[in-house]
Order: sequence, then structure tokens, then C-alpha cells
Amino acid sequence: MSIGAATLRELRNLPELKLGEEITGAETLLRCLILEQVEYVFGYPGGAVLPIYDSLYSSYLKHILTRHEQGAIHAADGYARATGKPGVVIATSGPGATNLVTGIATAQMDSIPLVCITGNVAQNLIGTDAFQEANITGITLPITKHNYFVRDIRELPKIVKEAFYIATTGRPGPVLIDIPKDVCNMKAPFYYPESVQIRGYQDTLVPSDEDVATFIQSIQWAKKPVIMAGGGVLAAGADKELLAFAEKARIPVINTFMGLGSFPGDHELALGMPGMHGSYTANQALLNADCVIGMGVRFDDRITMGRTKEFAPKAAIVHIDIDPAELGKNVTAAVSVAGDVKSTLEKAIPLVRACDSQAWIDQLKEWQQAYPYRYSKGEQLKPQEVIELLYNTTKGEAIVATDVGQHQMWVAQYYKFKNARSLISSGGLGTMGFGFPAAIGAQIAHPERTVIAVVGDGGFQMTNQELAIVKQYQIPVKVVIVNNQVLGMVRQWQETFYDSRYSQIDLSCSPDFVKLAEAYGVKGMRASSREEAEKVWAEALAYDGPVVIDFRVATGENVWPMVAPGDTLDQMVMGDE
Amino acid sequence: MQHTIALFVNDQPGVLTRVATLFGQRGFNIDSITVGASEEAGLSRMIITTTGDDHQINQLMKQLTKLIDVISVTNLSKNPFVSRELALIKVSAKPSQMVELNGIIEPFRASIVDIGPNSLIIQATGDTEKIDALLVLLKTYGIIELTRTGSMAMARSNVVEAASI
Repeated sequence: MSIGAATLRELRNLPELKLGEEITGAETLLRCLILEQVEYVFGYPGGAVLPIYDSLYSSYLKHILTRHEQGAIHAADGYARATGKPGVVIATSGPGATNLVTGIATAQMDSIPLVCITGNVAQNLIGTDAFQEANITGITLPITKHNYFVRDIRELPKIVKEAFYIATTGRPGPVLIDIPKDVCNMKAPFYYPESVQIRGYQDTLVPSDEDVATFIQSIQWAKKPVIMAGGGVLAAGADKELLAFAEKARIPVINTFMGLGSFPGDHELALGMPGMHGSYTANQALLNADCVIGMGVRFDDRITMGRTKEFAPKAAIVHIDIDPAELGKNVTAAVSVAGDVKSTLEKAIPLVRACDSQAWIDQLKEWQQAYPYRYSKGEQLKPQEVIELLYNTTKGEAIVATDVGQHQMWVAQYYKFKNARSLISSGGLGTMGFGFPAAIGAQIAHPERTVIAVVGDGGFQMTNQELAIVKQYQIPVKVVIVNNQVLGMVRQWQETFYDSRYSQIDLSCSPDFVKLAEAYGVKGMRASSREEAEKVWAEALAYDGPVVIDFRVATGENVWPMVAPGDTLDQMVMGDE
Repeated sequence: MQHTIALFVNDQPGVLTRVATLFGQRGFNIDSITVGASEEAGLSRMIITTTGDDHQINQLMKQLTKLIDVISVTNLSKNPFVSRELALIKVSAKPSQMVELNGIIEPFRASIVDIGPNSLIIQATGDTEKIDALLVLLKTYGIIELTRTGSMAMARSNVVEAASI
């Protein structure tokens, strides 16, 4: 990769200011970012942010010029998911800002820390429908954790400090700062607040000893306990604690889609993903468990199928979450613990004893052996085979960013993640076009790791213009296109629920992806058979640079098992094998 | 069931929008809302009446608490509280009917605050039920215009507190 040579140490080596020296709002902003230890910003310039980009010209901050603001925010999001650090994005007013909207909503739904900086027209023009004016604080109000409109340079440092604090503490989320152009041009002496005080804001949530004791008492009797670990485990950085807790208590672990990677996928206690496309064993575990411990989960409708009353019908539910509003929102728990998963487990591990769960673990193992995820191999290359190939060759150690649809579910099923923060995917909002730019952000954060973007032929075309930046900065992302020539998940639903009336799903007129990659100066390859797939993928993995591989796979493949919306988990359809 | 919720919020542009948006986003209806200064400079108090079961109100209050500009959220309906609203009622009536009207409104401690040739304005304060009752009586004259503030509310001082004063 080649993204400027400045190290973090150099970054913080800011030119000293003379006493009382005044600097512009734009310079103030960049100084604040550097003091927040920001290394990379993703963005796109425009009229209202010209002062910021002028200051960037002489700054050590590394700026990644994506080819669309949506690419910038998804890349910042991928960076944040892969590191836990806040992603930073800059866009201009009006269309620049509105192009961030999908990315902001994506981050909000998955609790990803982002700081989004938008320019706006000067304050004397605000409210006049000026050129490139949009009320972005109004537009993003329901999809940000908080947002700010900056009226004066003197409040800018405090706002930036608060924005980073709010984005990264408590339940993380995106924060937007809208800065009108005149504030960027104002001058004031620089200061940066050392600490943040936000009245009424709950930044950390350590559970009380009593709550933890109750939690332990309420699970210790269980003969058929199961942990359901979600994105909150990753957000809290509690994957090691989860492993220690599960092993000591002898409790099997289900990972929700957002929680994949928080528990080693190949561990003897790992049951995989539950829900609509979850494993037979994970869903049977929820149906038969006498105790379900939800950790950093929100009992989303892709798991409860909206039938929250019938969810885990035989179980006492324990719910641990950092956000008190999640406790009792979807599912009523017998025991609720308001606390972040890490500090809860740190307190719980010394207290917990092994449950009498061996018979249950044996039963689950039997189910796993009898009912694994399965598909039939045939003449044509199957999409599931492609994901298995990725898994077998990278041993679950790669970072895999996905788009949304069938390939996303196959990644969740067949790629057994070993490490935390390795699956980068839009779980809540389900944003097509997310995977490729998010992989770029993850690769920038981890230049030494293998980063794979698994995308469909549909979603890739929503953001494939970012091939320009993988070329420009030599970002060695491996783009795996699971190309079935249709919008596969829509096709599956139309087949299942709409009597095979296939409406507007034909993507057969897509570009030649190999040529498309080559047009951007990126290596392109294609595989249409099992043998080609293995050969081409080995070559791609060994290749030192970005590469796009067009895997031509069978069209009519469906994701199994499946539970239809409105059904309960016991009505799982295993598929046509 | 109707609940009266008191919010202590930053007095900043857009805070009302944040609160109102959250109600809309989470599928709640605001029956009435009043906003004004509080005992502390820089902070406002909002009194919102809304309808929902205990589970829904509990969820609403937790979501409101998460708003950065909301300092605290109290469900006043959980304990005894005082609730008042102000109504201005323009009634179709001639000055000659004043005595008769005075007789009606006096038990409500309402007063006539403006008199015109064909209408007059009555000012009434009290809890919502009282003002509703007054409106029923005034309806026979013809209500030309009506404006109500919505409820303002405050928890009653409890016995322990009162004793210590």
C-alpha cells in the first residue's frame, strides 16, 4: 500500500502555535482530528469544504479520495469495524452530505462509531435554498447517535471532542458535525478541551455486583443453557472474556450474524448462527434450551421472526446489554443486566461454575453432525463452494467484508471466523454496495492481513467505482464476485413466496468484470469451474495487490435452511436436498 | 392509559425537533406538549402527554433518555402530581349576555379578558377535565375560536419533604 509516509508520531508533531496566534476553523478542525489520533480520513471535496481541503494540503493527515461519498463512508465504516476506532469521513454540503445518508444509517443500525464532517453554506445563506444547501442535521437526525451544527469557531473544538466521545463510548454510533463555510474561515486562538462533560449522558455501564450475582444464580441450575452472543461482544472487545466464560461454565455459544467472530467458529462449543438462515443446531438450541443468555444482542426479527412471545419457548432468558433501552424492547427477559458485556463478564467469570450441561452438549453435537449446512455439488460451480474455498485456504483468519444477499448468508454459514472484527457486513440496514468500500477501509486498517470483499454481481455495481482507489493507493483487497447473473436473494423470495414470478432480477447484461477491473488498471480473473476456481484463487491470494475475481456460479441456488418471516424457528425448511 | 412525562432538556436549537422526531420514529403520538424555561439557566422543561401501556411508555422513556440533549426523563403519572392548562375561548355572545356568562364561568374561576360587540374571550385555567367541562357549557353559545396550552405539570411535594420544611 502507498498512502503517504507519515507515521502517527509525525502526525502528532504539530507545528507549535505562538501565544495568542489565531488559526482558521478549518485548521482548528484538522488539529482536533490529529489530537483525537485520527490517522485516516475518507472523503470527497467540494465548494463548502474548500477551506478544509486547503488546510489538508499542508497537513499530515492521510486522506483517501474515494470516487463517491458513499464509498467514503462505507470505507470509514469498514475501518471502524475492523479496528474499533472511529471512522472519519468528510463530505461537502448538499449532495455530498446527502450521499452519506445510507452509510450513516448503516452505521447507526450496527452501532459503529463514525464521525462524519460535512460542510454547509455560509450562515448568511443558510435557509435561503442556496446552491448546494441541504439541512443535513435535520435529515440525519433519526439516523445519528447525535449531530451538531457549528455556529462559531469557538465552539468547534468542544464539539469535535464531544463527537468523538459520543461516537465511541456507551453504545457506539455515528455522530455528524455540520460546519458552515464561514466557520471554517473564522479565526480564533486554538485550544482543545482535555475532557468531556455531557450531563445526563451514560458513557460506560458497569453492572452492579448484585446484578452480576443474580445473573450467575439464574444460569447455574441450567441443564440446557446456551449463550447468544451478538455485536455488543465485539463492540465491548469482550471476545476473550466470552471464550473464558463459555469454557468455564460449559455453555455452548450461538453467534448472531453481527456477533460472528466474537467466538471461534471452529470451537467445540460453537453452534454458529441462528435465525432465518441459521443452522439447524443453533435454532434447535434456542427451541430446546432451558436458559438463553443474550449478550450484546437485540433479539432482532431475523432471529425471533417477529414472534417474540414464542421465542425460546422453554427457556428462562437472561439479557445483558449496554443499552438499557434494548432490555425488554423485543423480548422480555427473566433477568436483565444493564452493562457492557466486557465488564459484566469480568465480574462473572470468577463467580461462575461449570453447568451440568454435558448431555446437552452431546445432543447439540449429534445435531451438528446430522444436520450440517449442505448443498449438492454438480456440473456447475456452486456459490457455497466458493465460500468454502475461501475458508479452507485462509483457515478462518481472513477479514471478510460482504455485501448483502445470498452470498452474505453463505459467508455467515460457511466461513467459520476465528477472530473478532473479521466479518465486516451490514447486518441491520442490509446495505447493498457496502462490501467493497468497507473492505478497502478494513485493508487500510490492517495492511498485513488478507482482506476479502465477497460481493454479488448486483451489489458490486453499486460501488464498483472504488476500483479507482484500490489502484491509486495499491490497496490489496481481493474482490470475490459471486456472479450468478441475478439478484439472488430477491430471486429466492420470488421463487418461494411469489410463485416463481421473477420480476426485475435479471443481471445478465452486467459488464465483463475482468475487463472492468482491467479498465481501472486492476488485475481481473475469472473462474467458471471448480478446478478454475481453485487455481485462480490460489493465484489471487499469492498476488501482491488488488485483484477482482469473477466467479461464475450456478443461478438457481437458494440459501438453506430457511425460516419464513412470521413462522417460528421450528418451522425451518431444510431445503431441497 | 395517558401518561404525563417531564423532560429536562438543553435549551438549544433543534431540541424540540429531536424529541418530536423520536416520538414519530418509535410510533408514539404526542397528545400535548409544552416547553418553557426551567429553574436552571440553559435548560428547559418539556411536559408531554402521551398514551400507551406500561411497556410502551417504559420503552419510550428509555429511548428519550438516550437523546444527548435530554438530561432527565420523569414519568409524573407514577406519583401524585399537579397538572394545569390555560385555555382562551372566544365565545359568540353580546355584551348583554355577560352577566349570564359570568354566572357560568365563575364556579370555574375563569374570567372574561376581552369584550367585543359580538364575541368575548374567556380565560380559564385548571386541569384538563375542568376545562373540558367548561367547554361543554360554553358550547351552547357557540365557540368561535379555542386555543389551549396543553398540560403543564409538576410532581407534588411528598409528605416527608413537606414535614422537613
